[in-house]
Amino acid sequence: MLRFVLKRLVSLSLSLVVASVVIFLFVEVVPGDPAAFMLGLNATEDTLAALRDQLGLSGSLIERYLSWVGGMLRGDFGTSYTYRTPVSEMIADRMWISLPLALYALTLSTLIAFPAGIWAASKRGSLADVSVMGLTQLGVAIPNFWFAMLMVLVFAINLRWFSAGGFAGWDAGVYPAMKSLTLPAIALALPQASILARVMRSSLLDTLSEDFIRTARAKGLTKRQALWRHALRNALIPVLTIIGLQFSFLLAGAIIIENVFFLPGLGRLVFQAISARDLIVVESVVMLLVFAVIVVNFAVDIAYAAVDPRLRVRG
Amino acid sequence: MSLLEIEGLDLDIHGEAILKDVSLAVQPGQIVGVIGESGSGKSMTAFSVMQLLPDGAVCRGRVTLGGHEMLALPEPSLCRLRGNEVGMVFQEPMTALNPIQPIGAQVAETVLIHEDVSRAEAMARARKALERCELPEAKFPLSRYPHELSGGQRQRVVIAMAIALRPKLLIADEPTTALDVTTQAQILRLLRRLVDEDGMGCMLITHDLAVVADMAHEIVIMRQGEVVEAGPTGRVFDEMRHPYTRALFEASGHQPERDETPRDVPLLQVRDVVRDYALPRTRLFAPQEHFRAVNGVSFEIAKGESLGLVGESGCGKSTLTRAILGLEEVQSGEILLDGEPVFTGHRPNRDVRRRMQVVFQDPFGSFNPRWKVGPLVAEPFHLLDDPPNGADRDRAIAEALESVGLAPEDRLKYIHEFSGGQRQRIAIARALIIKPELIILDEAVSALDVSIRAQILDLLADLSARFGLTYLFISHDLSVVRTITDRVMVMQAGEIVEEGPTALVFDAPQHDYTKTLIAAAPVLPERGAA
Repeated sequence: MLRFVLKRLVSLSLSLVVASVVIFLFVEVVPGDPAAFMLGLNATEDTLAALRDQLGLSGSLIERYLSWVGGMLRGDFGTSYTYRTPVSEMIADRMWISLPLALYALTLSTLIAFPAGIWAASKRGSLADVSVMGLTQLGVAIPNFWFAMLMVLVFAINLRWFSAGGFAGWDAGVYPAMKSLTLPAIALALPQASILARVMRSSLLDTLSEDFIRTARAKGLTKRQALWRHALRNALIPVLTIIGLQFSFLLAGAIIIENVFFLPGLGRLVFQAISARDLIVVESVVMLLVFAVIVVNFAVDIAYAAVDPRLRVRG
Repeated sequence: MSLLEIEGLDLDIHGEAILKDVSLAVQPGQIVGVIGESGSGKSMTAFSVMQLLPDGAVCRGRVTLGGHEMLALPEPSLCRLRGNEVGMVFQEPMTALNPIQPIGAQVAETVLIHEDVSRAEAMARARKALERCELPEAKFPLSRYPHELSGGQRQRVVIAMAIALRPKLLIADEPTTALDVTTQAQILRLLRRLVDEDGMGCMLITHDLAVVADMAHEIVIMRQGEVVEAGPTGRVFDEMRHPYTRALFEASGHQPERDETPRDVPLLQVRDVVRDYALPRTRLFAPQEHFRAVNGVSFEIAKGESLGLVGESGCGKSTLTRAILGLEEVQSGEILLDGEPVFTGHRPNRDVRRRMQVVFQDPFGSFNPRWKVGPLVAEPFHLLDDPPNGADRDRAIAEALESVGLAPEDRLKYIHEFSGGQRQRIAIARALIIKPELIILDEAVSALDVSIRAQILDLLADLSARFGLTYLFISHDLSVVRTITDRVMVMQAGEIVEEGPTALVFDAPQHDYTKTLIAAAPVLPERGAA
């Protein structure tokens, strides 16, 4: 198992290097000179060159790549062109909203999806199964921003249980902060939970028709025991894959929901940075998101191996 | 009183009659062989005893196991009986075990759910059950996972699970069908020993008369959900009252009529062929290691000859087949068809490729289910530079289908509309359509029922006579190879260990491995001699 983890770590590092090169080159070839953008049309060539120097835009390609990567390793992501503040600070602020929100939504989605999927699979064809399938169909189909607005209308405006938007800040305490993330987390979790519940159900149904379930029943296990002891863990692999994908998506893909609830998260940051041609911010946030995705995939790989001993050997 | 008594059992699944008035009995310490072809209802009889039937199943009649009326018991009581009073072993050892649980835990589970014992005690009992099934601790600790075991070893684990609580009845559903002959012989010996030691009753379900012939005390012959003949083994083999029993017996040892004149013009020449596979690296920069699947194999097949290739799984038969077909390049040696190499440069030689065809074991899996039979049969035309079109093409398809005993109109149907035997005929038609000289039959009759198998063997003999075909007949089933080949080769661990005229090799095997194989193969008693 240790060797499996080490091998995965090597491939994780290689992926990061490749990703950083691709992101760097992509941002390099995107047209538009940030210095010209900042100084306006009347800037002289000298001032432009001075600003480029200051922004770290001069020097050879390799020099610039190395200084970018070296900076990131030291925690220095450079300075934003538009805000003139260190990018690392901007990201850190946003991260404190986006990461808890993603984890919150993922937890909700898993807590809804597992029982729903298992329940539907264990009572295949029953009313329970049909209702779970119907509701999840709806959950996948409803656009989450529409559902978000509906919740704002009901829970914030009519019932006044939650505020309609904004973030209380962690300084105000854990409870108010979590409370202001609750509606957005539910809005994000709904479609994810629906997808996950359907995957859980179909994966479990596949597993329940395997020969080893029949063997377990022949040993004297009840249907329920066979499901919990033998089918569930075997059915987890596809479910873990979806959870991994969903977490990566939630981290960066929450932009619409962030807008609905006026949350200053990572998604909004990227959006604003792209409109303002703030390349250094775009580059850093994208790199960070890629890093997060790769780390999540690494965690999913380790989880696979923990579930299935056959994967430990193959590595 | 009998241990198991089935009386007048009817089984319907979704209104369709699966079993009709089935009656049989098993006494303690007795092995009852239940024999039938696919669809005979033999497995469903077993599942009726276990009451592990698919949804929509309705049983009528009586099934009494050790005094319990199985059809009347509620599910919780049935759960207490399963694994405790009756254990079951299945056909597919590869999939019968939970892949992500160690074998110890799986065997111990049988003990844990039926008896109020500690986990340590259950593990100790599991250890004992595995020892009884000849899986010693030194080589097979409880922490082993199923994927670390061979098929035969997995079957022993399944048997250990079934006998851990010393049940009164053991039901074995085709326990050796998926296994090699030598492994089959070992598993059968193990089952018989366990029956003798524990005084268990055993219901042994199989399609193979030879398997039960020297093992079962009584046999029950089933066809289409009904028992057609039953009685003590010796008497049934002696008398064969029912015509179906006779037909089954004759089909098992069926000898197709063949022209056996010796031939000497070589068609396929295989010289010193070596095929290596790269193994996964153990460390990142470790030197690449290889596994030699085929090691210096040489042989020839004469035009019109039928050559058998036998060996157990993993011996290199399939690798050799792929090399002959030009699907994979060999590392050294050469393969020539009529003097032409199958590989020129690093590319398969199409001129040679179109002169040989292959028929595989699985008659369903080797067809695209979404194509009609016509295009499926015509598929090998892509090997021709100038394939026939329009009416010529239809004529060729019709001819190929007719030559295997099907109607030209069958080209408009889909593959799922045919039975297993018909599918194998279609596979043969597909091989015939470009008029090849060599046909490789890779376990081509292994998945078929004996009566269908006999028909296909006749068809092959007939086609060979009509079209002067040459066969390379690959199988793990010695009895089939014996009936259809002129010469036979025995392969072990990538090498040909013995080769000679079929009758000679079978009657006087020279190599130890050949002797083991022949001794392990179950044989039918001589007609009327039992």
